Amino acid sequence: MSARDEILDRVRAALDQHPVAVDEAPQRAAADEAAPDVDLFCERAGDYRATVTPATGDDGVCAAIEAACVRHGVARLAVAEGLNAAWQPRDVTIEELGADAPLDLLDAVDGVLTTCACAIAQTGTVILDCGPGQGVRALTLVPDLHICVVPAAIIVNGVAAAVDRIGAGVRETGRPITLISGPSATSDIELDRVEGVHGPRRLEIIVAR
Amino acid sequence: MSGGFPAAAREELRNAQLRRNLRKATTTIRAKRASVIAEVDNWEALRDAGAELKQRALADLDKHLEQLERSVTTAGGTVHWARDGTEANAIVVDLVRATGATEAIKVKSMATDEIALNDALAAAGITAHETDLAELIVQLGDDRQSHILVPAIHRNRAEIRELFRAHLPGTEDLTDEPAALAEAARRYLRQKFLTTPVGISGANFAVAETGTVGVVESEGNGRMCTTLPHTLITVMGIEKVLPRFDDVATMLALLPRSSTGERMNPYTSLWTGVTPGDGPREFHLVLLDAGRSATLADPVGRDALRCIRCSACLNVCPVYERVGGHAYDSTYPGPIGAILTPQLHELNEGTTLPWASSLCGACYEVCPVKIDIPQILVHLRGRVVRERGGPAGERLAMEALARVFAHRRRYEAAQRAARVASLPLSRDGRIERRLPGPMRGWLAVRDLPVPPRESFRDWWVRERG
Repeated sequence: MSARDEILDRVRAALDQHPVAVDEAPQRAAADEAAPDVDLFCERAGDYRATVTPATGDDGVCAAIEAACVRHGVARLAVAEGLNAAWQPRDVTIEELGADAPLDLLDAVDGVLTTCACAIAQTGTVILDCGPGQGVRALTLVPDLHICVVPAAIIVNGVAAAVDRIGAGVRETGRPITLISGPSATSDIELDRVEGVHGPRRLEIIVAR
Repeated sequence: MSGGFPAAAREELRNAQLRRNLRKATTTIRAKRASVIAEVDNWEALRDAGAELKQRALADLDKHLEQLERSVTTAGGTVHWARDGTEANAIVVDLVRATGATEAIKVKSMATDEIALNDALAAAGITAHETDLAELIVQLGDDRQSHILVPAIHRNRAEIRELFRAHLPGTEDLTDEPAALAEAARRYLRQKFLTTPVGISGANFAVAETGTVGVVESEGNGRMCTTLPHTLITVMGIEKVLPRFDDVATMLALLPRSSTGERMNPYTSLWTGVTPGDGPREFHLVLLDAGRSATLADPVGRDALRCIRCSACLNVCPVYERVGGHAYDSTYPGPIGAILTPQLHELNEGTTLPWASSLCGACYEVCPVKIDIPQILVHLRGRVVRERGGPAGERLAMEALARVFAHRRRYEAAQRAARVASLPLSRDGRIERRLPGPMRGWLAVRDLPVPPRESFRDWWVRERG
């Protein structure tokens, strides 16, 4: 008998002998229906050591991105395909990188600029689903600086609403999803938190109202 | 280990440095967890939802696994089934060999620790690089993990610096600042991430409905291992399946707060099979039984299969805080290890672990999926005694106690006898490990107060009788 059939047989035998009791009506963490709290998002994203800058209009966003590039000394900035062209900063070399961009090139740029699919206020999380303006997963992973523009309109309050929001893309096309809450971190040495290990060590979030 | 938990615990208790590290770690995590849980309006409702979700997953485990296999296959992945660790290791070794690679990058995974995958890979000439900082520390020191979440918690910064200086090139001038140590690990692993063709991971969950697999982490090494290699191999216990994609929300609400005491962990990766042009070209999911179906057959003990590996129960356990993870001699230490390890080994290993608890119940109160760990501990003590004949002295003593407690006269006579008999054994008001006979084992791990000169019953008779 194959391992598959044997494992499934054992599971069925265990469940036949003693069925597992489950409540009749499945409970769910209810999605928070209240209006999304943009200020809370800014506060919570900041708690996890992302730098958060509110901005108004495309010009405001562009200016905030330029300021971030100056802060981090960015000369070459990777940009995801499909990103709003009005946000692109002047005075830096732009590398518009598609899915076939070699990892060496991603490793060589000073940072990457994307938007995101959704954001969670209560946890300060941004969610990428590789849609337009977000690029493939490697794009936001290999560079050491990630600048992410979060339009206020895509912020939701809780995790349940966010999972609702991204569920369709996963069900229909199996889109890869990345949830990001602050820059990479570790507490593995004596439980002292260190920001920045393998993922981008700096996360700049620009909230576009 | 021949002496089991009691012997190992006695050894570990002599290590004052270990105890200081553990107290600092568990105290810190407990405080962080408490503060982020206080923020949630309906934490108890969330725990109920978590428990219910995992019950639902287990109630139709066979159907969910079949659906998961279909979903992953439809999404371009390949599903493999392994009855035990040996079979799972052989599958992974064959898959790595088929790529022609001799190296793989690995993200921290309890399941692959459980089956000792790294040893099997090494025996096949394949080097597995652990990429989680703590796992790297453990691997470089040829050491064992001592905590589910922070496996190198028994090591201090000076020890870690020495390990890095001995094993990582170009680290002669390394300081013992955690930031400098993390930077050294980053430089060492960077090229491996960018060039190694095979990645190996565990999974926090996989969704039957969509075939989506999830890895929850902090450092970004999980993203690296599941995104950059050409081939990704994931080993997952069969109990980790979730029925629906919506269930991911409940997991992500419960796990980070319970585990690291954060509102959300820095990175969560969710992938569904293979995505053309993005990430690995090949994806293999190895579904591991290794004692899980046997555990499911025990209607009480199987609640342990709800575990989401958050380690909250370790951080509140007074026994764990004093003896540390190594005393459990098990991939899963602490209260959850004490109920999971003996069951996954079908009571052939870890049979002393159900006694490694004071049954205080703190573990149950923090468990995000409401596993009644004390109840299962007691249940497993019974099973070990019945099925493995273990501690005979305790069984005889309990049978004798049952007879004594059943009648008032016998009880009063026993109280008087204890008072008289204990006098030559007592010192400073306590009886210390000097009892002869079957009680020796009981007192090996407990000090006993000397019985009072007069019992309550005698006092009552004298005053009011």
